[in-house]
Amino acid sequence: MADAPRAAVVVEDLTKRFRDFVAVDHLSFTIAEGEVFGFLGPNGAGKSTTIRMLCGLLLPSEGRAQVAGLDVARETEALRRQIGYMPQLFSLYPDLTSVENLEFYAGLYGLRQPSLGTRIEELVVRLDLEAVRGQLTGTLSTGWRQRVALACAIIHEPPILFLDEPTSGVDPAVRQQFWNLIGDLAAEGTTVLVTTHLMEEAERCARLAMIDRGRLIALDTPQALRDGLQGLLYEIDADPLLPALEALASAPFVMDAALSGATVRVRVAEMGISREAAIRDALAAAQVNVVDIRAGEPSLEDVFISLVGDREEASAR
Amino acid sequence: MGDRLIRLRSVAQKELRQMRRNPVLIRTLLLAPLIQLIMFGYAATTDVRNVPVVICDQSRSPQSRALADKVRVSPCFILTGHVQDPRDLKLELDAGRAQLALHIPLEFAKDLRRGRPASVAVYVDGSDSVTASVAMSYMAGLLGHYGAALKLEQLKRAGLRPGGPRVEAVPRVWYNPELRSMNFMIPGVFGLIIFVITMVWTGQSIVRERELGTLEQLLVTPVRPLELMLGKSLPYAVAGLVDAGLIVLLARFWFGVPLRGSVALLFALAAVFILTTLGLGLLVSTVSQTQQQALLATFFLVMPSVLLSGFFFPIENMPWIIQQASYLIPFRYFLEITRGIFLKGLGLRVLWPQVVTLTAFGIALFAAGALAFKRRLQ
Amino acid sequence: MHDLAIRTEDLTKSFGEIRALAGLDLEVARGEIFGLVGPDGAGKTTTMRLLSGLLRPDAGRAEVAGLDVVERTEDVRRLLGYLPQTFAMLHELTVAENIEYFADLYCIPRGQFAQRSDELLSATGLTEFTGRRADALSGGMGQKLALICSLIHRPQVLLLDEPTRGVDPVSRRDLWRIVYGLPAEDVTVLISTPYADEAERCNRLGVLVDGILQTVGTPQDLVARQTSRPIELQATEQRLARNALEKLGGVETVAVVGQALRITVRRDGPGPEEVLKALDGAGVEATEAHWAQPRLADALLAIAERCGKDG
Repeated sequence: MADAPRAAVVVEDLTKRFRDFVAVDHLSFTIAEGEVFGFLGPNGAGKSTTIRMLCGLLLPSEGRAQVAGLDVARETEALRRQIGYMPQLFSLYPDLTSVENLEFYAGLYGLRQPSLGTRIEELVVRLDLEAVRGQLTGTLSTGWRQRVALACAIIHEPPILFLDEPTSGVDPAVRQQFWNLIGDLAAEGTTVLVTTHLMEEAERCARLAMIDRGRLIALDTPQALRDGLQGLLYEIDADPLLPALEALASAPFVMDAALSGATVRVRVAEMGISREAAIRDALAAAQVNVVDIRAGEPSLEDVFISLVGDREEASAR
Repeated sequence: MGDRLIRLRSVAQKELRQMRRNPVLIRTLLLAPLIQLIMFGYAATTDVRNVPVVICDQSRSPQSRALADKVRVSPCFILTGHVQDPRDLKLELDAGRAQLALHIPLEFAKDLRRGRPASVAVYVDGSDSVTASVAMSYMAGLLGHYGAALKLEQLKRAGLRPGGPRVEAVPRVWYNPELRSMNFMIPGVFGLIIFVITMVWTGQSIVRERELGTLEQLLVTPVRPLELMLGKSLPYAVAGLVDAGLIVLLARFWFGVPLRGSVALLFALAAVFILTTLGLGLLVSTVSQTQQQALLATFFLVMPSVLLSGFFFPIENMPWIIQQASYLIPFRYFLEITRGIFLKGLGLRVLWPQVVTLTAFGIALFAAGALAFKRRLQ
Repeated sequence: MHDLAIRTEDLTKSFGEIRALAGLDLEVARGEIFGLVGPDGAGKTTTMRLLSGLLRPDAGRAEVAGLDVVERTEDVRRLLGYLPQTFAMLHELTVAENIEYFADLYCIPRGQFAQRSDELLSATGLTEFTGRRADALSGGMGQKLALICSLIHRPQVLLLDEPTRGVDPVSRRDLWRIVYGLPAEDVTVLISTPYADEAERCNRLGVLVDGILQTVGTPQDLVARQTSRPIELQATEQRLARNALEKLGGVETVAVVGQALRITVRRDGPGPEEVLKALDGAGVEATEAHWAQPRLADALLAIAERCGKDG
């Protein structure tokens, strides 16, 4: 591995306990420079806690983490200049305008005129903020706000960027734009760690880490994760729909059944007999009329559900 | 300009912009001094005037009527009425129609004529102890004067010259010759306003960032606690001083409170005092998660400060242990300073012990506030 | 009972100079799951707040189950369940206490309430968590509790404002399973969502942009009405390809889907071969261009983009 890219983030056995609750449990992974690394997992799985440790906001209980070659627990001061962070919570001052927010954060990073002005104008153009530059951010819609927040997080051109659910509640068009920008930043060499609940966004990451109850349960490229999914997928058009779903969900050979749009999507275990026939039988027994059965492509959502599945209830704290 | 200064300026500028857009803050800054001054200047007066008095005169003699006239013309008292039956005096006190009652007994004139001590019963409604004791002593003085005058007259009539050894007090009231409680209160209000405004608003401004979630973002930037704290509190310090200026103008030209000392010294020391209040505000903000908590914590700091500082009640009258506790209240020293400068025209030559103590408090509290502010969560 | 669960006529609302809703005419049939989609600030939340009587319209009228919302607000509220984006749960109370509290607000007799509560708890899988404080619930579980609270009084019409925002896929699926079951209980659902895959699960959709209802139809209708067709392709330099495609004539939208680029082209626009050729001409390396199956996401993106350009 002569030209393996350098590691931007190295996490080893990272653990965080809050009293007797283990939020992050011996997490280990490495993120390469310029990589877009996705963090997936149920609510409360420990994603935000991990990010906070990587930003130096929380001290790890155990294990260690290096970001840009700096120890997050000890070299916090130097770390701050290397990272940009966009917390899940609203991180802008609602009673300041977009540009005033930018000016404020620019000042905190020691930017001064004229480079301060140039940098802000650059970001206004790049994130298409011209229309809202003088507007109080408290009056902006979520999509705009998140764009301004991102601009604030990258005002000092950090080599490493942590984004915690940056597109939560953002509409598809803005999400596209947002992710295009993430892609561009990565192409310019910025390392991005991003959490999301949307599988279409996860697909755009180079690699994905799936976290559940503080533990790493899978780590690979989206393609490899999909390929590794156990069982085969079928999409079924049936009438009526809900009884069809119930019948399949309770069938012993079905690993997983869900509605996707107006079709039932099932994951079926590998077995000797014809799976299609088994599905038809189960639906016939429930007096459901089958319109069409076809093989389906595995999606990241299937992977997510197969890994996290119904354990979510038990794991959520 | 170094990075530190740039960061400091950024924080201060941001805070100032936010202040400007906060209509509640601006209203508070303007109205608070006005309302407080009116409240403490006019309403919270400890001057005793116009105490309602009722008399039951069973003597019905020229002497007893002369005594009643003395009460009538005294600025301290208002004679509200006469009753026939001494038992009705209690009714008048019960109903609150009178705060003080005189019972001049049947034998009053006779006793006087025979040169025997004549007694007058004085009943006081003691539920308001301050007014009661002051009214009591006025009344005692009035009766004493009356007695002395009678005696003098008697001696003259007997052709004797008054003489012999006698001690007479010649009172000269300094600093506040009219003994106006306003003059005592308003320099205190000057301190109180600075205290409350700067402490409440710095505390709130930091807790608000915690509630908003912006604090988390701030913590990952290179800004240091001291820069953040100084930057955040500077605008409020300036606001506090502006308010102080407003009070000085109102005190001087509306309430006619004398300002005998140096205005520059007053403001310089106000700035030192603000250091302590900002420190307290910062400490409050580090222990509070929400703005309500911060407000409550502020309240618990202001109450004992006001009570123990001598704002209302003289410290000398407090029990020893409480007097010792009052030394821990920075407001105490600033009150001595403001009253000293306003009323006595004192300078540093006299006030230096207070100034030194206050400065020490200021540095210690502000440092404690900045240090207590954690750069990590939890 | 009325056949239309929701009916609005020329419903209009402005906030200061901002026009949030401009003459909305909407009809939602009883037992429907009707989706409101559209970009941020399109008027979805305003519509829901107007329907629940929290806002007064500037003009026009709204009816819920045949009752005028302004004139009979109290009656409408009894028929209505509303789950706003930020649902006001009582954080210090347990799951069970929260449910009880909301039941009390609607004056539900204790006898009826217990049965309804058990039903909803088991449907959401929260039965084991009734003793847990609301602030200790994860985002997904919190939303489920919110949904239970808004259903406890058996509303005829349920308004859900982006109920799955910030919720993970597993909880999202659980929430949708409950929503799907509602029409069988004769509950009509008006749901807003920013996600195309969720919009696909609705019976009918209304697309709101800038306070104006652009189009109404089943998800299939919306896809079929698309005048442009999707092409997918691979590019080594995604950014360069994106920029080149955005400038290309006949291309309506450009999106990145996973590792692929997905564009929609007008009928008179280029086909896969021409796209590749054009990219090659611009010095951008691209391969595997092919016609793709039209999807709802394309349609929604195209509508939003068209309106965005007009505005």
